[in-house]
Amino acid sequence: MGATQTHSEYQYENMVGKTGFSTEQIKNLHMRFQQLSGNEKTLRREHLKNIPALANNPIKTEIIEAFFDKRNQLDNELGSYEEIGFEEFLMVMSHFRPLSIKTSAEEKTAMRKQKVRFLFNMHDTDGDGKITLEEYRKAVEELLSESGTIGQEVARAIADAAMLEVASTNVPNMGPDDFYEGITFEHFEEILKDLEMESRMHVRFLDMNTANLRCGQ
Amino acid sequence: MFSRMAPRGRSGLGRSLAELGLLLLAILVLLDGTVLSLVAAISSESDTHEAKPVTHKNTSKKSFPVLGIKYDDVSVPFEIALWVLLASLMKLGFHLIPRLSNVVPESCLLISVGLLVGGILKLARDEVPPVLSDRIFFLCLLPPIILDAGYFLPIRPFVENIGTILMFAVVGTLWNAFFVGGLIYAVCQIAQDQYSDIDLSTIGILPCLLFGSIISAVDPVAVLAVFEEIHINELLHILVFGESLLNDAVTVVLYHLFEEFMDSGSVSAVDAILGLVSFLVVALGGVLVGAFYGILAAFTSRFTSHTRVIEPLFVFLYSYMAYLSAEVFHLSGIMSLIACGAVMRPYVEANISHKSHTTIKYFLKMWSSVSETLIFIFLGVATVEGEHHWDWIFLTSTVILCLVARIIGVVGLTFIINKFRIVKLTTKDQFIIAYGGLRGAIAFSLGFILHSEHKRIFLTAIITIIFFTVFVQGMTIKPLVELLAVKKKNEAKRSINEEIHTRFLDHLLTGIEDICGHYGHHHWKNKLNRFNKKYVKKILIAGDRSKEPHLIAFYHKLEMKNAIQMVESGGGSKLNSSFPSTVSMQNIQPKIQSPPSARPSERVLPQLTKGREEEIRQILRTNLQKTRQRLQSYNRHTLVVDPDEEGFDDLFLKKRRRMELDWKLKQMTNYLSVPRPQGSPTMSRARIASDSQAYVKPGAENVPTIQIDLASPQSPDSVRLLDEVVQDQGLTMSLPSSSRGAYKTSGKDDGRDQQTLLRCLSDPGPDPDDDDDEDYDDDEPVPT
Repeated sequence: MGATQTHSEYQYENMVGKTGFSTEQIKNLHMRFQQLSGNEKTLRREHLKNIPALANNPIKTEIIEAFFDKRNQLDNELGSYEEIGFEEFLMVMSHFRPLSIKTSAEEKTAMRKQKVRFLFNMHDTDGDGKITLEEYRKAVEELLSESGTIGQEVARAIADAAMLEVASTNVPNMGPDDFYEGITFEHFEEILKDLEMESRMHVRFLDMNTANLRCGQ
Repeated sequence: MFSRMAPRGRSGLGRSLAELGLLLLAILVLLDGTVLSLVAAISSESDTHEAKPVTHKNTSKKSFPVLGIKYDDVSVPFEIALWVLLASLMKLGFHLIPRLSNVVPESCLLISVGLLVGGILKLARDEVPPVLSDRIFFLCLLPPIILDAGYFLPIRPFVENIGTILMFAVVGTLWNAFFVGGLIYAVCQIAQDQYSDIDLSTIGILPCLLFGSIISAVDPVAVLAVFEEIHINELLHILVFGESLLNDAVTVVLYHLFEEFMDSGSVSAVDAILGLVSFLVVALGGVLVGAFYGILAAFTSRFTSHTRVIEPLFVFLYSYMAYLSAEVFHLSGIMSLIACGAVMRPYVEANISHKSHTTIKYFLKMWSSVSETLIFIFLGVATVEGEHHWDWIFLTSTVILCLVARIIGVVGLTFIINKFRIVKLTTKDQFIIAYGGLRGAIAFSLGFILHSEHKRIFLTAIITIIFFTVFVQGMTIKPLVELLAVKKKNEAKRSINEEIHTRFLDHLLTGIEDICGHYGHHHWKNKLNRFNKKYVKKILIAGDRSKEPHLIAFYHKLEMKNAIQMVESGGGSKLNSSFPSTVSMQNIQPKIQSPPSARPSERVLPQLTKGREEEIRQILRTNLQKTRQRLQSYNRHTLVVDPDEEGFDDLFLKKRRRMELDWKLKQMTNYLSVPRPQGSPTMSRARIASDSQAYVKPGAENVPTIQIDLASPQSPDSVRLLDEVVQDQGLTMSLPSSSRGAYKTSGKDDGRDQQTLLRCLSDPGPDPDDDDDEDYDDDEPVPT
């Protein structure tokens, strides 16, 4: 935790090992980090909130929270930071690394697990390891938040239906009195297994160069 | 669904059906052939008869013709109808013989039939009418197939892979054309064939290149016909199919280019550059024309709410106009048609009624199916008819060169493309792409309209290639796919969870890209979507539908589908699924701490308005009254509802189901589908929510019960309400010991002793005059 003071090659090498990015990419991301944080050493929520392009995103709160979520860092503690340094920023970004042709099957599964875990953490806001109906409802409501009140009414129904589906697939023989607490990580993985997260959840860092990096628009 | 009956029936009658089918086929072919020749013979006779009375008019008085034959007037439509009938009967015949259609793809069978018919016609008369004129082909037979493909093109995978597809379509086709054209010229020059009666070395480089450009294009009709049957995974399907559609532009340009060059005699650098420009014009022009007509169609569909009947007509007419307009300017008609269909679809679907949607779907499928069948039959006939020039060297070298060109092209291009793709193409994928490069009728028609002196030999070669690809490659691709264990199409329907998370992921990735400051894929896609939502949808979609976000639309469609499935499955008693889930809304709704009522195990359910309650009460009363009357005829001591009782009225259940369904549809409540359990091929079941509980037979703990639960607002009071009403009527219900305070009734499923079904009683009855179809007609914008 905290900020990395030096930009020496040693530090970068360290991060290459931890995150899987190349030195070039790390340099670019560092430049972006500095742009966002106004050349400070740490990034705070306000810095991210100030990005104009993000304003239209219905789930921007969740995205911003994800950066400050401790669970997305290597140590997997609970809670959230108030401000993050470059290393944490990079760690979060590493969840969106694309696959290379050289990735082995085990690495692929590991990557997929990591990415699904990220998504799970985004939904499970209270950190209890389960996505409850309330949390799920909130997520769907946010998704439909652009559609006004119409969206909100149906959001509930959709979230309920989705929850029911998860429960039915994973725990088919519940008695009438049992209560399905929430979607656990395994169930979450199960319902997303057809979506092939490892190949879909990525951002192309390939052609990122400083010319493209502009703060906001 | 009712598949219990079918397999037994099929195996029993299988053999006799096969024999019957074959017999039918043979008879039909013979009949058709003879009818055609007979008819033609009569027409020639009647011609002579016509001539005579004119001269003998003054000499003899003709008696009044009671019965006469006047074939000429109807000859053309008659023959056309006969051909179409033949094609359809053939199709019918093939599907009666399941074993045959599993091994041999339909296209091969159809070509064979065409050969047969052509042969018969040739024997019957010495000359066969030129049935496959290029005008009929390009103007009538090809558009339906392409429109069908374009309208139902899966946009998302297409756009995601557009780079790869364009590479294959443009660069791949160019490579093929020049490689084959160039090398065949070289072969011709070198060939020393004493057996051939034409000198191959007289074929110039330009005719060879022209030939190369004709033969290099992958044919959408053939690809569709073969790939449809092998159910390959979506990525490969869209790659090969997309390539076959988009290479039309390249083919058109190359063809006209080389034709011009052949006429003018010389090629200059300026011409080459003009060719390149022409390609851009042809391709982009075609797309623009198509998009223009697509937008017109979408705009028109906005106003059709009062004339639902002609909605499909607009779709077809605008598309056809797009095709013809593009053809007028020598632009790529195929690309225009695809663009038109793809552009208009999202808007038109939002505007038109459900029935129109079904009509469009089925008409397109029907026409494209008939067209495809006719094309293949005509190919067969034309093969028999045409004057062929067999030159072994030319033919074999063409076939080999085509294969080699395709393989080298695919491998080379994939190597380059994989540098830019996230999901790389494996060797297996490359093999399938190369092997799926089928040639078809478009190449044949283009060859047919050649004006070259070497037309015959070219045509023969084209036909050989077509036959080779369709027969050899078409037949072997299915076993090869199995052998190589290529990923098959994922048949399961999208679940609501997948949809939610896909949307979520889209927004997430856009957000991350914005944070990175990186204007990638998602950024632009998002911008396009927002533009679409803000401006375009408002103009092109009528009323409130324009504001409906995709997720909600998807959800409503899912509900509708499930509702329809529920009705089709006969009111629940025939639902068969290996292991149903017992999860219900109660299981996921959190319990509240202090229940408002005295009942200890009260569930938390949202409140119901007073008006609704009253309605429910009223309907329950009427329903139960009717029930009572019916049940009285069963002569029981106590009207105890017990699943063991045999005589529980099926009809009552069905009617109840129907009523529930109608009400539910009007309220747009949740139809929650049980996703396919592992290994079970059965369709997903819809669940109607109710607030009563399943009645489980005492002692049957492991009974898989189907629970039906309410997800829409229903008052906890209505649970009690049922009791109340029930008691008013004097019906006594024996409640199980684990009482939830709810009234239960259940029906018996014939085939499954262990299953009990739930009936929802909390529904108002429908208006008896209601037309069933009304429920499915989206005349008004969906109220959400």
